[in-house]
Amino acid sequence: MAAAHGSGGGGGAHARQSVWASYIFSTDHKVIGVQYGLTALVFLLFGFFLMLAMRWQLAYPGQPLPVVGKLFSPQHPFLPGGVMSPDLYNSFGAMHGTIMIFLGVVPLAFGAFGNYVVPLQIGAPDMAFPRINMASYHAYFWGGVLMLASFFVPGGSAKSGWTSYSPLANVADTQALAPTVAFHPVFNGQTLWLIAMVLLITSSLLGSVNFITTIIQLRAKGMSWMRMPFFVWAQLVTAFLLLLAFPPLEAAGVMQLMDRLAGTSFFVPSGLYVGGKLLEASGGGSPILWQHLFWFLGHPEVYVLILPAMGIVCEVIAVNSRKPIWGYRSLVFASIAVGFLSFVVWAHHMYLTGMGARVSTFFQTTTVLISVPSVIILTALLISLWGGSIRFTTPMLFAAAFIPMFGLGGLTGLPLAFSAIDLALHDTYYVIGHFHYVVAPGTIFALFAGIYHWYPKVTGRRMSEFWGKVHFWPSLICMNGIFLPMFLQGMAGVHRRWYDGGGTFESPTYELAKAVIHWNEFMSISAFVLAAAQLPFIINVFASIWRGERAGDNPWEATTLEWATPTPPPHGNFERPIEVGRGPYEYSVPGHERDFAPQWEGPR
Amino acid sequence: MINRLLGLPMNASEHGAQIDHMLELVHWFMLALFVFWGAFFAYCLIRFNRRANPKASYYGMRSHFSTHAEISVVIVEAFLLIAFAFPLWSARVNEMPSDRDAVVVRVIAQQFGWNFHYPGKDGKFGRQDPGLIDAQNPIGLDRGDPDARDDLLTINEMHLPAGRQAIAHISSRDVIHNFALPHMRIAQDAIPGTSVPIWFKPIREGEYEVVCGQLCGAGHYSMKAWLYVDAAEDYQAWLDGMAARQLAPAGGGPSPGASAPPAGG
Repeated sequence: MAAAHGSGGGGGAHARQSVWASYIFSTDHKVIGVQYGLTALVFLLFGFFLMLAMRWQLAYPGQPLPVVGKLFSPQHPFLPGGVMSPDLYNSFGAMHGTIMIFLGVVPLAFGAFGNYVVPLQIGAPDMAFPRINMASYHAYFWGGVLMLASFFVPGGSAKSGWTSYSPLANVADTQALAPTVAFHPVFNGQTLWLIAMVLLITSSLLGSVNFITTIIQLRAKGMSWMRMPFFVWAQLVTAFLLLLAFPPLEAAGVMQLMDRLAGTSFFVPSGLYVGGKLLEASGGGSPILWQHLFWFLGHPEVYVLILPAMGIVCEVIAVNSRKPIWGYRSLVFASIAVGFLSFVVWAHHMYLTGMGARVSTFFQTTTVLISVPSVIILTALLISLWGGSIRFTTPMLFAAAFIPMFGLGGLTGLPLAFSAIDLALHDTYYVIGHFHYVVAPGTIFALFAGIYHWYPKVTGRRMSEFWGKVHFWPSLICMNGIFLPMFLQGMAGVHRRWYDGGGTFESPTYELAKAVIHWNEFMSISAFVLAAAQLPFIINVFASIWRGERAGDNPWEATTLEWATPTPPPHGNFERPIEVGRGPYEYSVPGHERDFAPQWEGPR
Repeated sequence: MINRLLGLPMNASEHGAQIDHMLELVHWFMLALFVFWGAFFAYCLIRFNRRANPKASYYGMRSHFSTHAEISVVIVEAFLLIAFAFPLWSARVNEMPSDRDAVVVRVIAQQFGWNFHYPGKDGKFGRQDPGLIDAQNPIGLDRGDPDARDDLLTINEMHLPAGRQAIAHISSRDVIHNFALPHMRIAQDAIPGTSVPIWFKPIREGEYEVVCGQLCGAGHYSMKAWLYVDAAEDYQAWLDGMAARQLAPAGGGPSPGASAPPAGG
C-alpha cells in the first residue's frame, strides 16, 4: 500500500540553481503551487474588477464609469464617453465567468492548494511527474495571457457568455454579425477564447494525471487510504472529474474552432439569417450538441470548484475545533458518490431546450440524488463542531462562514432541480444568486481559509489575525449584500445578462423589474465595499512575508503531515523518512497529555 | 405566502397555480432546513467555543441525529419529485392539446425581436423559406403557397384569447433565444433548426411581458415583446383587423407590399 520514496521525482538534486530555474521553470511542487496561487489570485482580482465595472453599469445605466470613464472619447467603440456599450458589457460578462472559473478558482483550489499541500499531506517528496507539473502551470499561464490579450484585438474579447452557446458564438466576432468591424480571422475575441480554453484544459488534464498518480503511488509508509486527510480525498476525486469531464469540452472547443476557421458546421444548422443575409455555412449541425458537450464538463466543473473547498474547510475545522472530524468515512464515500453522480446530471442546465418526460425524469432524479451526498458532507462538517473547543482564528472564521453560505447556495439549488418550476426561475437572477452563493461566499471563503491556514507553512510567518478579521467581517456582510437581493430580483423575473439591469427606475425596460430594480444600487455598493475589504487581505499577504509573527513548524498544533516538515519545506520536503501511525484527525485523544496526536508520531 | 414575500409575479395561466404551489412548498422546505441547520450551527458556535468548552470531546456527537435528518431530507425530496415534479412535467410535454382545441401560433425569434405567425382562417401555416427573408418578410413566408394566403404576421405583439389553450411553436431564424413568459410560468429556448411546441392556457386578461431569456447578442437586454390576453370577442376583432390590414381584398392574392407587418409593438 505504501509507496517507495526517497529520491523520486525532482526532489533529488539540491544543487544551486539559477533564479530562472528555481522560480520560473521550477519542477518543485511547492514553487509550482505558489506560482499557481499568485497567478490565480491576480486573475481573481481581475475578474472581480470586470464585475465591478458591470455592477456600475447595472446600478447607474448609461452613466460614465467613475475615474477611468474620463479617459474615453465619445467616439470610442466600446466606452463612448466612458459609458459601457452593450458589447463591452457582454464581453465583461463572458470574461468574468471564464476568468473566475478557469483562471481563478480552479487554479487556486486545484493547482495551488493541491500542488502545495497534497504531496506534503501524503508524505511524498514531490509530485510523481515534476516536469508535467511544470508544463501544466505553463500551459495555464499562456492560456491566461492569451485570454487577457483577447481584450485588445479588434472587436474586443469574447462576448457570447462563458458558456459560448452556438450559433451565437460561431457568428460572434466575425463580419457576418458585425460587417463594419475589422475582425482578424484568428486574432478575434471568440477564436482566442477557444484557443486559450484549449490551453487551459490541457493544463488541467496534465495536472489531473499527475495528482492521481501521486496520490496512488507516492503515499508514505503507513498512509493507508483511510488515513489520508479528507483534503487529499477531495483532490483525488477532483482530479478524476477533470480527467474525465474536460476532454469532451476540449473536443467541443476544437470543433467550434473548426466551425470558425475551417468552414465546418458542427454546431450550425442550415438556413440561418444573420446580419441581414443568409449565413454562409455548410449547415446541418446541431446547436444542442454544443450544450451537451459543454455541460458534460460544466456540471462536474461545479464539483471541481466545491470539493477542494470542502477539503480545505474540513482541515481547518478539525484543527480549530480540536477534535476529530465527525463521520470521516461518510465524508470520503459521499465525495466519491458526488464524483460519480456529477457525470449524470448535466442536462438540468438544459431543461429550457425542451425535453421529453423520460429524459427529464432521469435528470431530475439524478439531480435530486446528488443533493444527498452533498447534504451528508455538509452535515458532517457541521456536526464536527459539536463537542469541540473552537478557536476562532481567521481561517476558522472563513471556514465556519463557508457552512451557512454554501448551505444557502445548496438549498436554493433545490427549486432549480425540478424542471417544471425551474422554467419560472431559469436564467433569472435567482440562478445567479444560487451559484454565486456556492462559489463566492462558499468556495472563495474556503480558499481564503486555506490561504490563512497554510501561509505559515509557505512563508514561515503568520498572517496578521487583526487584519484577517478586518478582512473577514466586511467580506461576509458585503457578499450577502450582493447576492441575497438576487433571489428577490430573480423571483420577480429579472433575467441575467441584461445590459441595463432591467432599465432605470424611472423608465424600466421591463415593467416586471420595476418592483426590484432599486436593489441594483444596493448590490453594487455592496460590491464596491467588498472590493475595499480586500485591501487588508492584499496588504496582509505581502506585509506578513517580512513582518508576520514567526510561526515555527507547527503553529496550529495540527496533526497532518505537512506540519512535520521544516518551514518552509526544502526540496524533497521531509528531513527523515515518514511513517504514519494513525488517522488524520486525532485531536483530544483521551489519555494524551497534549490535545493533538500527529500522524508522523506513531501510536506509542 | 413565501412566493408573495419573495415577489413572484402574479400568475396568469391555468397550470401556473400548480407551479406556484410547488414553488411555495419547496421554499417552505428550504426555509425549515435553513432554520434548523442554522440554529444548530449557532448553538455550536456559542456552546463549543474555546471559552465555553476548554476541553474538546474526542467522540463528539454520539446520537443518530444526522442520520435521521438526512433520511428526512431524502423522504421529502422523493415526495416532491414523485408527487409534484414528475406529473407537472409530464403534463407539459405529454398532454399537449390537439390543434383543433387550441390557438396555434408560431413564434420565430430573431436578433432582436419576436415574430408571431398566425395561420389565419384556414388554420394552416404557409411554407417558410430562409431564402425569402428580407426586411418586409422577416420569417421568409412564401406568399405563393396557398396555405400562406391568409397567414398573419406581427412583430413583438402576441395576442391570445383568455380561457383557451394556446400552443406556441418556438423557433429562431438566427441564434438561440428564449421565449420566457414569467406570468405564464413558461419558458422555452428558441433554437435555430428546430421548432419546439409548448402549451399553456392563459386565464387572466391583461398585458404581459415576453422576455428573451437567453443571451443573443448586443441587443439582448431590450428584446422584449408584449402578450395581450384578450376576451374571446376582442381577440377575434383583433384578428379581423389584422387580416383587413395585411391581406389584399378577397379575390386576388396579396400584393407583395401588403404583407408587411406593422413595425414595432
